[in-house]
Amino acid sequence: MMEGSGALDLVLSGDPALYAIVRLSLVVSLSAVALAALIGVPLGGLIALTRFPGRAGVIVLLNAFMGLPPVVVGLAAFLLLSRSGPLGSWGLLFTPTAMVIAQAALITPIIAALTRQSVEDLWSEYRDELNAMGVGPLNRLLTLLYDARIALVTVLLAGFGRAAAEVGAVMIVGGNINGFTRVMTTAIALETSKGDLALAMGLGFILIAIVFAINASAWALRYYAERRIG
Amino acid sequence: MSDLPLTFAKVSYAVGATPILRDVDLVVRAGAPTFIIGPNGSGKSTLLRLAMGLIAPTSGAIDWNGSRDPAPRRRAIVFQHPVLLRRSVAANLIYALDQAGVEKSKQDRRCTQLLDLVGLIDLASRPARRLSGGERQKLAFARALARSPELLILDEPTASLDPSATLALEQLIAKAARDGIKILIASHDLGQVRRLAGEIVFLHRGRVLESAAMKDFFEQPRTAQASAFLRGDLISEE
Repeated sequence: MMEGSGALDLVLSGDPALYAIVRLSLVVSLSAVALAALIGVPLGGLIALTRFPGRAGVIVLLNAFMGLPPVVVGLAAFLLLSRSGPLGSWGLLFTPTAMVIAQAALITPIIAALTRQSVEDLWSEYRDELNAMGVGPLNRLLTLLYDARIALVTVLLAGFGRAAAEVGAVMIVGGNINGFTRVMTTAIALETSKGDLALAMGLGFILIAIVFAINASAWALRYYAERRIG
Repeated sequence: MSDLPLTFAKVSYAVGATPILRDVDLVVRAGAPTFIIGPNGSGKSTLLRLAMGLIAPTSGAIDWNGSRDPAPRRRAIVFQHPVLLRRSVAANLIYALDQAGVEKSKQDRRCTQLLDLVGLIDLASRPARRLSGGERQKLAFARALARSPELLILDEPTASLDPSATLALEQLIAKAARDGIKILIASHDLGQVRRLAGEIVFLHRGRVLESAAMKDFFEQPRTAQASAFLRGDLISEE
């Protein structure tokens, strides 16, 4: 296993090129989660608490969009951001910003759909008490989002996991440019096809470690919160 | 703005084709506690939820001092299984005070008063959802008082409590009644009814069969169903 020991050396030696890739991955995916949360959390909460014609259709659509193929989201973002596209004048294609937008588009439905579910479940539990206290619509939304805070952190971590692990969308809108838009997943795809398995495996280890850390922290948070908050 | 008297005029409530309450006429006025009693499934909880304005009657009308607007003004409710917010005991009370329109500058003092009253002052910073059953019920009671209610509705508040927690809550109820709060309460506990009630409303299969002063009801029930209920018999189907 020559590649295996080479991969471990790369990870342990703190290879600057490798860590630049890891850093960009984290920056892009965390920014995407922040952007998606800004849209998805209020949207999910609103859908949970309002009744309007076609609501069931919106919910089905949102749930279906949780499984959007990243390459298709990447393609749509590419068409929007390319020179001749509607947002072409922004000049964002093949930049980290484009990658943030594409990943945010990918995970906004996940965050909105899971938020809706959490808030709606909590509402059915809280409805009588909040109505008895005369809580108005805006306060109701804020109260439920706050009281669902632990579930929402888990929702955001799920979104982050999805964003960090996808390769199709960032490949298409980022272009996998060395030192500029290359992230872990696109680097793994490239290095594997080039035959540099040591770097690919090194990145693979780190990606798995990050995903593991996310899940462990989600579990720990839930465990702690259930004991502390109930 | 007052919530009393509370008037039910020919109120019926049904879920689908199943009638829960039928043609209920009832006036709740200021005074000693009014107990709603009756067997399981007689419609007690539904009557209280209607009285609180949480659900609307299928037919008939409910008004609170002449107003048919169900938004709660000077009334509050404590459920058998109260739902507390996922925050501290004190934060639960501050939330209720805020919703009741109490000025921010007065909330802390009022919160302390209420915690002191119900005996939860030492647990103020505890997460509310981790309280014991009796403590939860006391917090729910304090939260209801935070609204400075004229009408306090209680849905079997002691049904799942042990004797000492039941006694503590009964003392709180009695004190609230002495302080001029009208208590409208459903209970299964005939001992509790004797200890606290002013008036009795006897519900059976969704109808008000009797409405009387407590002594009269216990000494001379006018219907066979009420006599059977007081003897502890299983009430026959019709």
